[in-house]
Amino acid sequence: MHILREVAAEFERPVLLFSGGKDSTLMLHLARKAFLPAPIPFQLLHVDTGHNFPETLDFRDRMVDRFGVRLLVADVQSYIDAGDLRERADGTRNPLQTLPLLRAIEANKFDAVLGGGRRDEEKARAKERVFSLRDDFGQWDPRRQRPELWRLYNGRHRPGEHMRVFPLSNWTELDVWDYIRAEDIELPSLYYTHRRTVFLRDGMWLAPGSWGGPGDGESVQERMVRYRTVGDMSCTGAVDSPASSVDEVIAEIAASRVTERGSSRADDRMSEAAMEDRKREGYF
Amino acid sequence: MTTTDEIAVGDLLRLATAGSVDDGKSTLVGRLLHDTSAVMPDQLEAVRLASRNRGLAETDLALLTDGLRAEREQGITIDVAYRYFATAKRRFILADTPGHVQYTRNMVTGASTAELAVILVDARHGFVEQTGRHTVVSALLRVPHLALAVNKMDLVGYAEEAFAEIAEEFAEYARKLGVPDVVAIPMSALCGDNVVEPSVNMTWYAGPTLLEHLETVATVGEPEATRLPVQYVIRATDFRGYAGQLASGLLRVGDPVVVSPAGHRTRITGIEVGGVPVDEAFAPQSVVVRVADAVDVARGDLITPVSTMPTATDRLMMVGCQLASRPLRTGDRVLLRHTTRTVRAFVEAIDERLDVHSLSTDSPMDTLYTNEIGLVSIRCSEPVAVDPYEFNRHCGAVLLIDEASGDTLTAGMVGVPPWWP
Repeated sequence: MHILREVAAEFERPVLLFSGGKDSTLMLHLARKAFLPAPIPFQLLHVDTGHNFPETLDFRDRMVDRFGVRLLVADVQSYIDAGDLRERADGTRNPLQTLPLLRAIEANKFDAVLGGGRRDEEKARAKERVFSLRDDFGQWDPRRQRPELWRLYNGRHRPGEHMRVFPLSNWTELDVWDYIRAEDIELPSLYYTHRRTVFLRDGMWLAPGSWGGPGDGESVQERMVRYRTVGDMSCTGAVDSPASSVDEVIAEIAASRVTERGSSRADDRMSEAAMEDRKREGYF
Repeated sequence: MTTTDEIAVGDLLRLATAGSVDDGKSTLVGRLLHDTSAVMPDQLEAVRLASRNRGLAETDLALLTDGLRAEREQGITIDVAYRYFATAKRRFILADTPGHVQYTRNMVTGASTAELAVILVDARHGFVEQTGRHTVVSALLRVPHLALAVNKMDLVGYAEEAFAEIAEEFAEYARKLGVPDVVAIPMSALCGDNVVEPSVNMTWYAGPTLLEHLETVATVGEPEATRLPVQYVIRATDFRGYAGQLASGLLRVGDPVVVSPAGHRTRITGIEVGGVPVDEAFAPQSVVVRVADAVDVARGDLITPVSTMPTATDRLMMVGCQLASRPLRTGDRVLLRHTTRTVRAFVEAIDERLDVHSLSTDSPMDTLYTNEIGLVSIRCSEPVAVDPYEFNRHCGAVLLIDEASGDTLTAGMVGVPPWWP
């Protein structure tokens, strides 16, 4: 809450990235609590890959209505249609989000972009600042990042530059779920067990869809699964799980021997430095 | 520091580690994470692969913590990395800071939020210059608990005398610096002695293992005077509230308060936490308060009890640590950030530079270079309500900021510590 209020106080055009996933949903709840009884002083921005789960989009729109906030959608499909982006051979669109995101930031002159990133997610994020400066090309330069001492966050930036802000930096996956339980926060149904038609690729259960799966030699089957993260269908894998409630999810995570990203994000497995490279380009 | 403060999930300890690569710090941190099961098999598999790619015969636990490729290529750690682990008793946020001479600024950053610092020494080399540097920085930042990890005991035959000598020298040094709580633990991070499990090789040691110490050290300090820096004014129909995070102390509805630096007196008529009315709130909760009178309150103001009101001043003396690669010079015009208040400031003098090895100062001088620590005199364009850092870690802390680039230049601790030479 402290960080959300800093952003509201120090920036002129802040925006909150909202995907309908658990981290950004939690942020939306924190934002409401931080400014009550006044309305949330941020717009929302969603970068839609065009391959999102329908359950997520439905949830996103309901939350926007409930919280009375304005939602902006940056649409990867329209960039592909216009020829500004090209579909990748593997069908995944996660790396394609960077351009629409940066264009939306530029066009709307957003000077602070709030994201749900956490330091426990990935090694390259362990050194990420809470206030992370991006240059006027949206790029992240590790050498220009400022030391953060005490609770003093330095939000100064030059015209054209913007700040990415990660209020959940010090939360772990378990912290997020504990808070969701404590505050009784509604999430998309995907996070809980459901019967789904899936196929196996690289050790993950992927959902078939217009994005291109399953391929030759991949056969579908029905399983009881849930998602630990919710992203682009082409690279977000489901895990076998009977967990149907927050309590069961928490018990499952506490006993889990695989990280959230290791279990469900194909794009992070690409290389040891995959996240560092994408961050430099301006990805979240 | 963050919203983690607001989750009520057990007890939380923030710690910082300091030591050089040669002291086995990455191995120690890797072992803490590994032995508390904070490392999952998929991460371990990645480290195993990376070790093999580099032609290493064994899995190097240090690779768990070396984050950026720039660092991996140069084989160094260049910045503070944050790690998270938990046991049944406590959750931990670990600021992992590299220990080379040129990285004093990283240690300062890590120590600024830490309640405990783990300082590593190699049992073969004992208390060296760098140990002194780490102890001074911890004392300067007022980290209340210090733990000296005397590592690589396996290489000195687990000898009690070797440990006792180092522990005594350290305790003496820390006492001079006024550190309230000091513990020394003999260990071997490589073999696992006294990190998580008690050592079978050092039965002469009756104290706690490092993890036991981390789990039991007191996280609640002495009661502090109440400080509420106003972050943001919340306005709605028939509502005007002042939002902020309590930096220290406790606030109750009905408390008579004063708003600094203007000095208006009023009374607290309502407190809310997350939109829910409460009778009292305590640090580090984020709150919204309402006051009785229509006094002018804005971001940057400080709400405190009348009895412990801080002095508002436009001149201050502080111990500065230069963080930026550019030096700070007498005559520089900068921005000064104190809690939620930012004012213009002028560097009047840089008087003394601390030699952390000999604990002496040289003077006079006019420049503070990167990683140097010195006494800085500042004149501000408007009064700021500061506490001495000795008295309050949040309301005695300032940053100097470059107005053009926005870079953070200098960390400042208001006042002069009693042990300053």
